[in-house]
Amino acid sequence: MSDRKNVLSVENATMQFGGVVAVNNLTMEINEGEIVALIGPNGAGKTTAFNVITGVYAPTNGRVWFNGEKIVENHPHGKMKKMYKGECADYYHETIEPTPDKITARGMARTFQNIRLWKSQTVFDNVLIAKHMRRSSNLFTATFRLNKKEELKQREEVLELLKIVGLEDVKDELATSLPYGKQRRLEIARALATEPTLLLLDEPAAGMNPQETLELTAFIGEIRDKFNMTILLIEHHMDLVMDISDRIYVLDFGTLIAHGTPAEIQSNQRVIDAYLGVAEDAED
Amino acid sequence: MLLEKKQNNRKNIISLIAVALFLVVVLILDQVILPTNKMSMLLTVLQKGSVYALAAVSMNLLNGFTGLFSLGHAGFMLLGAYTYAIFTIPNAVRDTVYMYYDAAIRFSLPEVLRNSMGSLGTVLGVIIAVLLAGLVAAFFAWLIGLPVLKLKSDYLAIATLGFAEIIRAVFQWGKLGPVTNGSNLLKSFERISTFKLTVGATTIKLSTFVPVLIAVVCIALIVLLVNSTYGRAFKSIRDDEVAAEAMGINLAKHKMISFVTSSFFAGVSGATMAMVLGIAQANNFKSNMTYEILLMVVLGGIGSISGSVIGSVLFVAASEWWLRGLDSGVFLGINAPGIFRNGFRLVVFSVIIMIVVLFFRKGIMGDRELPEQLGKLWKKIRGLFAKKVKSEEVADHE
Repeated sequence: MSDRKNVLSVENATMQFGGVVAVNNLTMEINEGEIVALIGPNGAGKTTAFNVITGVYAPTNGRVWFNGEKIVENHPHGKMKKMYKGECADYYHETIEPTPDKITARGMARTFQNIRLWKSQTVFDNVLIAKHMRRSSNLFTATFRLNKKEELKQREEVLELLKIVGLEDVKDELATSLPYGKQRRLEIARALATEPTLLLLDEPAAGMNPQETLELTAFIGEIRDKFNMTILLIEHHMDLVMDISDRIYVLDFGTLIAHGTPAEIQSNQRVIDAYLGVAEDAED
Repeated sequence: MLLEKKQNNRKNIISLIAVALFLVVVLILDQVILPTNKMSMLLTVLQKGSVYALAAVSMNLLNGFTGLFSLGHAGFMLLGAYTYAIFTIPNAVRDTVYMYYDAAIRFSLPEVLRNSMGSLGTVLGVIIAVLLAGLVAAFFAWLIGLPVLKLKSDYLAIATLGFAEIIRAVFQWGKLGPVTNGSNLLKSFERISTFKLTVGATTIKLSTFVPVLIAVVCIALIVLLVNSTYGRAFKSIRDDEVAAEAMGINLAKHKMISFVTSSFFAGVSGATMAMVLGIAQANNFKSNMTYEILLMVVLGGIGSISGSVIGSVLFVAASEWWLRGLDSGVFLGINAPGIFRNGFRLVVFSVIIMIVVLFFRKGIMGDRELPEQLGKLWKKIRGLFAKKVKSEEVADHE
């Protein structure tokens, strides 16, 4: 694995809300072309970790590298300085807090745990809007239709993308009128439209039945191969996770408790304890 | 894809022709209807209707398409109206207008340009003054947008409402008298009744045509913007801000674009309003005006441009014309001065609005647009005829 180019690297990321440490000293690496899963019991801080990486939250402490560039860095300062409960408090000294759109522009796209499609837009427009970021037109040229070439090109690309994800036949329907599984696919298509190199999927199989989960597993693999994508995903469906992940990180109460290949994780005692709980008398 | 494009082209051409026809009709009406005629109310409705239509559409751009609930419209219209008025008062009458102050700005754009370019200069001067009105409003929008656009929903509404009230108070402030004439009104500037075109011996009146033309051009620009890639981005912000930002749409930038553009057109509509009324007074631009415009937007349908136009024209027509009789004794031929007296119009008006709000929850148009609805209707009618023809053919064969 080590010969592959590093895509995402999270260093000592800590996210503290008031007195609650949601993510504590998380360090992880993702290399090009990998599918990496982030798992953990409910409330372990998986989505918070996602939000730190994608710029929704600025971490309290830590640093994130993406494709060799420092994209996020923070250290406990201001009010947090006294309240900080995490580790590695004096490792970092800069504050870089880009908004999510800046991070997306660098080539990182995500989906959401609870589907967040644009409700009043058609399937086609949902994907087309995601192309907005990659425009070269400005307000003037767009208003006076001087960007016709680009607009046509975008529309063709969107159609192409919809074909790949198998939503071409419903392209003129409202996004919210689609069945659940297709809405998930649409969200992935929309993320792909921003032309990312790293795709972050937040519980892509949530609420899906086994058949749909199976299809999704195949679909994610397909995307990786077709777009040469690196994927980080949060998931609770263990069959999906074990099936497609190259490596797995396990979080529990905000702390990384294990890291390894699916086989290693499956036999890791700490992971089993975290998921199933430890019997009272077995503690200590 | 190709077929779609062709159909779209045809739709665009039909819409263009319809708008051009409408403008010609307005121009003709302007000549035919004399001020003494009963139908002259139609001209008033067209004039005021176009002012409010532009105001409502520009508010819809912000409230309906970008989902920013702002109530500062009257403030931006005030800025537009004053800018227009100040820069078009002829020098000769400036001192009588600024009775209590020593006017600070001592030139009139139309006059300056007329002296150098003839009558064309007047037109150009008015156009520049209108654009300037928009730009001043846009500048102030940018200025207050910097802190205010970080707020969401109700908070934004309150902040912008406060801004509008502050602007009104500032414009009435005595110390600013040399520019704004304090709490006195500005008048005698270029207004629609002076807009005429002289070709040889005939003069063509433009008093209705000009405001309608301004509204049509501005609304067309807004339609183009809304249907562009930026318009789509606005709609995505309205639908789900978090998702929009995650998909690479810069929220601060796009909200600012929407806010500034909306205010620009609000300023233009304020200038047009000054032109139509012939006066500009800060007292007219109370928050009531914002609510009126908001009402038009809601009546027409939030997120529908044609809805806003229909809503505002209906609103103006009802309050200025159709329901006038309710105040003056005779309504629909019924003579009952006891009931139909001052204030009754407002009662009926409120009832109508309540009915609309109760039975057309989403306004008259919802979030649809008139052309596509008409297109659907046309297809239906054609479908009916086609069926008839077919059945007749079948009958013939038999």
